[in-house]
Amino acid sequence: MSSPTAAPVLAVRHAQKRFGAVHALKDVSLEAYRGEVLALLGDNGAGKSTLVKCIAGVHDLDEGEILLDGEPVSLRSPAAARRAGIETVYQDLALFDNLTPAQNFYCGREIAFPAWLPRGLRFLNRRAMDRQAAAVIDRLRVKLPRFDAPVALMSGGQRQAIAVARATVFARKVVILDEPTAALGVRESRKVLDLIGQLRAEGNAIILITHNMEHVVELADRAVVLRQGREVGHLRPTRANQRELVAMIVGAEP
Amino acid sequence: MASEATGRSEVAPPRSGRSETLAISLGLRLLSVGPALILVVLVATIGLIAPNFLSPGNVSNILAQTAVIAIVAMGQQLVILTRGIDLSVGANMALATVIGGLAFRRVDSAPLVIAAMLAAGAAVGAINGVAYVYGRLPHPFIITLATLSVCRGLALEFAVGHTTMRGMPDAVTFIGGDSTFGVPNSFFVVVAVAAAVLVLTKAMVWGRWLFAVGGAPEAAREMGIPVNVVLVSTYVISGLFAGVGAVVLAGRTAASSPLYGNLLELDTIAAVIIGGASFLGGRGHLGHALVGAVMIGVIRNALNLLGVDVFFQMIAIGLIIVVAVEADVLRNWLEGRARTLQAARTP
Repeated sequence: MSSPTAAPVLAVRHAQKRFGAVHALKDVSLEAYRGEVLALLGDNGAGKSTLVKCIAGVHDLDEGEILLDGEPVSLRSPAAARRAGIETVYQDLALFDNLTPAQNFYCGREIAFPAWLPRGLRFLNRRAMDRQAAAVIDRLRVKLPRFDAPVALMSGGQRQAIAVARATVFARKVVILDEPTAALGVRESRKVLDLIGQLRAEGNAIILITHNMEHVVELADRAVVLRQGREVGHLRPTRANQRELVAMIVGAEP
Repeated sequence: MASEATGRSEVAPPRSGRSETLAISLGLRLLSVGPALILVVLVATIGLIAPNFLSPGNVSNILAQTAVIAIVAMGQQLVILTRGIDLSVGANMALATVIGGLAFRRVDSAPLVIAAMLAAGAAVGAINGVAYVYGRLPHPFIITLATLSVCRGLALEFAVGHTTMRGMPDAVTFIGGDSTFGVPNSFFVVVAVAAAVLVLTKAMVWGRWLFAVGGAPEAAREMGIPVNVVLVSTYVISGLFAGVGAVVLAGRTAASSPLYGNLLELDTIAAVIIGGASFLGGRGHLGHALVGAVMIGVIRNALNLLGVDVFFQMIAIGLIIVVAVEADVLRNWLEGRARTLQAARTP
C-alpha cells in the first residue's frame, strides 16, 4: 500500500448541491492522492454519482470548491474536466461500437494537422493514433481479439478495458471509475481490477465507485462513505472492518 | 467501418476454431459487398436479355440519368449515417433550379446561376439542420417534411405559373448535358462529389466525428465532440448536394422547373438502403449510395428497354428495398454472433 504524504492532486471542499427540493450533497469534502485508490461508497441515492459528476464537469457545485494540485478550478463541462486532466469512465462506457479501439481512444481529441485549421477540418494522423493506442494497450496488457475491428465485436470485459485504457491515455491527474465491474463476470472483473492496480502503480489518482466490498478491501487504500448526501465515514478498508463499512453504508450502528 | 488495418495480427491469439472465425468474417465481408455483387450480376443478366443495354450510347445514358440520384444520395447517405433522414432534397432541388432560372433571367452568367443554385440548396439544408438541432425536434423527419412542402410551394410560387422555365447558361448545359469522349460530363461531377465526400469522411476529423455521432450520440457528447455542429453541417452538405443536383439537372434539360425532383427523396433513400447502408447509424460508406443509385438507374433503364410498364418499375424497386433491409437485419444478426464467438475465444 502506498502512503501518500504529498499534497492531494484533487481536493473537494465543502461541496453543496441541490436539485430542487433534494439536497444531494451536504458539505462533502474529499481528497485524492497520486498512487492511491480512493473508494467512494454509499447506498443508492447517497450522493456518490452526484459528487462524481461534479468532479467530472457534468454538474456545477452550488457551494464549495474543487482544487486540482491546490489550485481552485471551475469545471463547467465534461470537456473542461478532461482538459484539466480528469478522466471519467461511466457505467455506459461511452464507447463507439462502430469504431475500432484506436478510433475510440482518440474520438473527440484526434491527432490531426494542420493546427491553423478549425479542428473539424484537420486531417487525421491515423498512423500516430494507431501506434500510440497500440502502445497503451500493450503496456496495460489488455488482450483484444482484433485491433482493427469495431469494438462492437468485443466482450464486456474487453470493452471495459478499452474504456479504462482510453481514460488512462489522457488522464494526467485523476481517473474516476463508476462501477467498472458491475456488468462483468468473475474472470473479467479480475482483469479490470488488475488494470486498476496497474494504473495506481503508474501514479494515477483513482476514485473508484463500487458496491463490491471484496474489491474495496482488496484494492482501495482509503474509503469515503456517503449517506444521504453527507460524509459519514472515512477509513482504511481491511478485512477486519469490512462489517463496519457495510454498517456505515446502510446506516446501522455496528 | 474498420478502415485502418494496422496489421497487428499478433494481438489475435485464438487458435481453435480459426476457420469458423474466418467464415464469419468472410460472411460479414460478403454481406457488405453483397449489393455490389448483385449489381454486377444484374448488369450481366440484363446485358444478355437486352442487347442494346451494354451499348456505349445506353451506358452513357444510364450514367447521365443516374447522376442526379447519385449526387443527392451521397448527401442523404451522410444524413442517414447520423441516424437522420432528409425528406426535403427533391423539393430543395426543384427550388434551386427555379432560383437558378430566375437568376438567369436577370443575367446570363454561369458562375452566378451556379452559385445561386448551390447557395439555395445549402440554405435549405442549414434551415433543416438548425431547426432540427436547436429547435430540439425529436426527429429530422418532421422538419425535412415541412421544408419539403415549403420548398415545393416556394418553387411553384417563384415560377409564377410556369411548369418549366427555358434557358440556362452555356456552361451549365455543358456540365449537365454534354459529353467528353463519350462520357457524360455529369459523370465527372459525380466523381468530383464522391472524391470530396471521401476526403471529408475518411481523411478528416469531421468524418470521424460523423461516425461517432451516428454510432453513439450520447458518448459523442461526453467525449467533447461538437455534436450540434456536426449535425447541422451534415444537413448543410445534404442541401448543398441537392443544389449540385439542381445544376446537373437544369443543365441536362436546359431549363428549370418547380416540378423537378418529384420523389427524389425516396429514390435517394432507396439508393442508400439498397446499397447496403444501415439505418442504425454510424455504419456505411460512400459505395453504398453509389451502388444503390446505379442499381436504381440500371433497373429503370432495363425495364424501359424491355418495354415494361412504369408501374412495374415502382413495384420492382419496392421489392428490392425489402430485400436490402432484410440483408441489413441479417448482417446485424451475424455481427452479434461474431461478437460472442470472438469474445469467447480471447483469453
